[in-house]
Amino acid sequence: MVAPGGIGTKDYWALLTGGRAATRHITFFDASTYRSRVAAEVDFDPAAAGLGVREIHRMDRSAQFAVVSAWEAVADSGLALGGLDPLRTGVSIGCAVGAATSLDQAYPLLSDEGRDWRTDTTYAVPQLYDYMVPSALAREVAWTVAAQGPVAMVSTGCTSGLDALGHAAGIIAEGSADVMLSGAAEAPVCAITAASFDAIKATTPYEGDDPSEACRPFDLTRDGFVLGEGGAILVLEEKEHARRRGAHVYAEIAGFATRGNAYHMTGLRPDGTELAAAVSAALDEAELPADAVDYVNAHGSGTRQNDVHETNALKISLGTHAYDVPVSSIKSMIGHSLGAIGSLEAAACALALEHGAIPPTANLHTPDPECDLDYVPLTARAQPLKTVLSVGSGFGGLQSALVLRKPE
Amino acid sequence: MTSDPSAAPPARVRAAVTGLGVVAPNGVGTRAWWQATLHGVSALRPARDAPVNRTPVAGEITSFVAEQHVPSRLLPQTARFTRLALAAAAEALDDAAVDPAALEEYGTGVFTASSAGGYEFGQHEMSALWRTGSDSVSAYQSFAWFYAACTGQVSIRHGLRGASGTLVTEQCGGLDAVGQARRRLGDGTRVLLAGGSDAGLCPLGWAGHLATGQVSPLGRPARAYLPFHPEASGYVPGEGAAYVVLEERVAAEERGAEVLGEVAGYAAAFDPPTGPGNLALAAGLALADAGLRADDIDAVFADASGVPALDEAEAEVIGDLFGPYGVPVAVPKTMTGRIGAGGSALDLVAALLALRDGVLPPAVHVDRPKDGWHLDLVTGAPRPVDLRAALVLARGHGGFNSAAVVVR
Repeated sequence: MVAPGGIGTKDYWALLTGGRAATRHITFFDASTYRSRVAAEVDFDPAAAGLGVREIHRMDRSAQFAVVSAWEAVADSGLALGGLDPLRTGVSIGCAVGAATSLDQAYPLLSDEGRDWRTDTTYAVPQLYDYMVPSALAREVAWTVAAQGPVAMVSTGCTSGLDALGHAAGIIAEGSADVMLSGAAEAPVCAITAASFDAIKATTPYEGDDPSEACRPFDLTRDGFVLGEGGAILVLEEKEHARRRGAHVYAEIAGFATRGNAYHMTGLRPDGTELAAAVSAALDEAELPADAVDYVNAHGSGTRQNDVHETNALKISLGTHAYDVPVSSIKSMIGHSLGAIGSLEAAACALALEHGAIPPTANLHTPDPECDLDYVPLTARAQPLKTVLSVGSGFGGLQSALVLRKPE
Repeated sequence: MTSDPSAAPPARVRAAVTGLGVVAPNGVGTRAWWQATLHGVSALRPARDAPVNRTPVAGEITSFVAEQHVPSRLLPQTARFTRLALAAAAEALDDAAVDPAALEEYGTGVFTASSAGGYEFGQHEMSALWRTGSDSVSAYQSFAWFYAACTGQVSIRHGLRGASGTLVTEQCGGLDAVGQARRRLGDGTRVLLAGGSDAGLCPLGWAGHLATGQVSPLGRPARAYLPFHPEASGYVPGEGAAYVVLEERVAAEERGAEVLGEVAGYAAAFDPPTGPGNLALAAGLALADAGLRADDIDAVFADASGVPALDEAEAEVIGDLFGPYGVPVAVPKTMTGRIGAGGSALDLVAALLALRDGVLPPAVHVDRPKDGWHLDLVTGAPRPVDLRAALVLARGHGGFNSAAVVVR
């Protein structure tokens, strides 16, 4: 795990259960003229994290997050690198905007700060194609574990992190791999990404003195999401394969589904019909009734549109149980890292199952009357959990739902 | 984490192809493109918008009028790769005579692939950012250049609301999207659009291609891209899109659809960090998936890199599988260049039409393969052959390998 405010699983979980927000004033570029000037940045030292000079030079920041996370995941799984069968090991990595940060840095040089449309390749970095074709991110993870099975990058906008896990689970289910390194990474905190979200007024215009309160999902005063970054990799393993080697199992992927709203590239229908359909389909696949869900890790991006959409989707899909089940948004603490967040959230769900604790929704002081569910405000809640649901919505109209179960 | 096999999709259904859509450098629309391809019409020409210091050759589309294919309100919010995808997807659905609105609510979906995103759109906005500041960046930048744009726009335009996704695996993307759609068929999804598109041959896009060091340095269109030829000097990028409609065979026949062929096998494998690649592994797994042996394959549509070492590796794979001169090898992409994710999708469409018409298209510019490789390259004129099954090969930059088997 590489997350704002917490590198490594232990620090990440401590941050989430402590209810501490890692959002802050942007330091990566001069954002003083931007509408939104806060982000959830990671204080990441790639050398300290174990990457060599050539790896640091070669990899976009998102790939660095993914590789460092993959090392931790493999070590935690007890699968020694030598113990993996390369031909039965695959990779499925989510990412929404690819190597945006590296391109943002490469372009002014190539184009003489935008003056030269034609560009001059004399000023191109050698790995420019890897930045433009971000399947390089999946390649780096594949190389680090010598995976030779199916390898892909899944890029479905802000549901990428959930969809990559669903993709990996499907590959294991059909028998094409025993082990999948799966998750997501994103490093979008740069000028071009921030400018594009400014233009659609999706990110918060927060102007106060305490940027840790900038992201306020389900709160009446919330006014947009906070751009974040990070990565999370999970080791997915065919159940019998894991059982035979006596592996510690955090969770089982019991169901996954994606639905499209076929409505708008960035807009959501307030009624939440398609997200509800994704939840129902994922529960069907898990062969579980709605009231089996013990916790919902919300998309909870901190936009009014999402919060209402999502609340309604949960009411449709879970029925009256929606009013009883705890729902929380960890984006309140680690921001919205676009393609990465779904995997960071799924990892949080696995940890919630493991520890019997629900991370809170930080900064939720004044509940929006239209959002009338139990959003676990401010402080974590100890509660034994058996089934958790993670949901996500993305640009392009895709809605995804993932059901995780505590192992028997 | 483990993945529970009980959550697996049902046993694989037979995946029938009932619709095709193509926008290629040598033909807009499947019929025009296929006629041009059989007649050996090359679209390679000096690139229009390359960096100032280079003069590469490209497979550019000159006869595509976006206004004729894309609703006017979508023009400002779409990059070229999405416009091409919208045109090809609409043609494929029309060809299949499928009306998504008439099917069950979540019974249709779309899986797209692109290797790079909408880079001419992104370059325009990055230029605006540098020249006039963040305020001048388009609101559409937030989704027009990202990899999921085609999935979102196609889903919205045609009301496709079921299982959907986007894969990024460079040149393998088209086959991988079809492979993923095939996994989802029968999983409650009856009709799936799948394919790939790539464009973005703007100076920024070119700078990326050129940074690989694998683009042919030759400026003469007839000499630049000579895969398998003794004078091969690298690849030539192209632009285009190809989509297919996949349906369960039984369901397609029930509604009286014309079935063009079946995607009977598919597999992907990744190269190890060093040593020989895994194209042979992908091909072998795809054959096994189809329940066929090499003897059953009547033609191969080659990846045809144009980079001598990669050509040699592929020639060896084909030789090992089929024996010397053991199978006709078709390389229609000599007419279009390498179209990224659209390229492997286009080869799949070519294979399906070759099966239908009993004819293999000729390679152009390549009069003979290198001596000693023992390849039966189809050159000079279309070759009539009784075809029952064809193997389509693709390799993606960085180590991706995919293979698909199509049968009549």
